[in-house]
Amino acid sequence: MAIRSRVLHETPSQTAGPFVHIGCTPNRIGLAYAYRGQDLGERLFDNGVPGQRIVVEGCVFDGIGTPVKDGMVEIWQADHKGLFNSPQDRRGQSSLGFSGWGRQATDPETGEFSFRTIKPGETPFVDGRMQAPFISFWIVARGVNLGLHTRMYFPDEAERNRQDPVLSKLEHACRIQTLIASCVSDNHYRFDIRLQGEGETVFFDV
Amino acid sequence: MIKFSKLATKEQEPVVEGFFHREFHRHPPAYTPRYKSSVVRSPKLALVSIPNSLSELTGPVFGHGILGDDDNDLTVNYADAGMRPALGERIIVHGRVLDERDKGVPGVLVEIWQANAGGRYRHFKDGYLAPLDESFGGFGRTVTDAEGGYEFRTVRPGPYPWPNGINDWRPSHIHFSLFGAGLAQRLITQMYFEGDPLIPHCPIVNSIPEPSLVDSLVARLDLANTVPMDARAYRFDIVLRGRRSSQFENRS
Ligand SMILES: [Fe+3]
Repeated sequence: MAIRSRVLHETPSQTAGPFVHIGCTPNRIGLAYAYRGQDLGERLFDNGVPGQRIVVEGCVFDGIGTPVKDGMVEIWQADHKGLFNSPQDRRGQSSLGFSGWGRQATDPETGEFSFRTIKPGETPFVDGRMQAPFISFWIVARGVNLGLHTRMYFPDEAERNRQDPVLSKLEHACRIQTLIASCVSDNHYRFDIRLQGEGETVFFDV
Repeated sequence: MIKFSKLATKEQEPVVEGFFHREFHRHPPAYTPRYKSSVVRSPKLALVSIPNSLSELTGPVFGHGILGDDDNDLTVNYADAGMRPALGERIIVHGRVLDERDKGVPGVLVEIWQANAGGRYRHFKDGYLAPLDESFGGFGRTVTDAEGGYEFRTVRPGPYPWPNGINDWRPSHIHFSLFGAGLAQRLITQMYFEGDPLIPHCPIVNSIPEPSLVDSLVARLDLANTVPMDARAYRFDIVLRGRRSSQFENRS
């Protein structure tokens, strides 16, 4: 059994800058017909996919409360049974027609994002315990030197959130709130992300 | 050590191993005041370290099927049929995407964006004096091959002034977005050109903590792969985080 060790080092990150949309969401900023009219990550699921339809909206704010209007948000999540759309999830096949991955430019006028997706099921933590349902977020923007990882948990899962292996281990319990969406209406959640300062979102080193 | 034994069947022995931890000292810190935009966009509190579970180890799979013929040729992928190709110095940018164990990473979605030859982006927020090129969009994408190889055809982007200091100019650069096998491998960076005198003056370049690391973002002129009478080649290899050894790979 060979020991596989690190012989190279990850390439240093650089900010995505203000024009990340040209490369990642060209149709969204009016470069119509780029890549035959479709940006990657536009849709998370096809019509027939089982599961609870939800909307997750929010805004990215900087340290003085100004919306970040030139950012990009990506999400990744399991399907309604907790299975990932990946050959590396060997527990089973996720729902056909469920991509699990979404990508959006934050709105150039308001900084808002809004995803239509399926409420994810429980997924296992490294020790086999189940985690409360969550959606992984990755945020880049001008002024962000290294993409930021965070997670959105659900406000209507209080019991499972309380037992979640990640949430329950956070050093400052008062910061858990930054990871839990609020409920706008049925199946409609709001998850604001604060890059800095009061109510600063918990970001993860994964 | 990551175990999913409770969930996996015998044949589907788990192979899921975490990525090597990220070496933050090799990346720009969040707060780099000479790059002014970072001042209010940098988290002040420490990142919370969590072990990789499936949500970080997995990610979407981008097959070559998503690609059109010209997606990786920026000299023609925005021009309508019959229009001239993009203006500027014709170049090929190519290389390999490797992991930290020096293995090529196949199936990586590589997306690039850049200014045109005059230093102007096709973006409604870019008001630089340099004109747009009607034949140039400035976006390209590809998916790495079985050895992790990738290739783009484009024009060399011009340097451009930007509102930071009163006289800051970005060196010529191409933005790269890379999506490997898992969310934890996600990376955005920038490629610079060998010999560009603006590199050491750039506050964004200088957000990188050690000058020796800047070198890994500088593409080298690659005369051997230049296409005579057509395009000069530049070589740029990229390293994504590697995975700790897995039983699966040892067996195979
Ligand atoms: Fe740029």
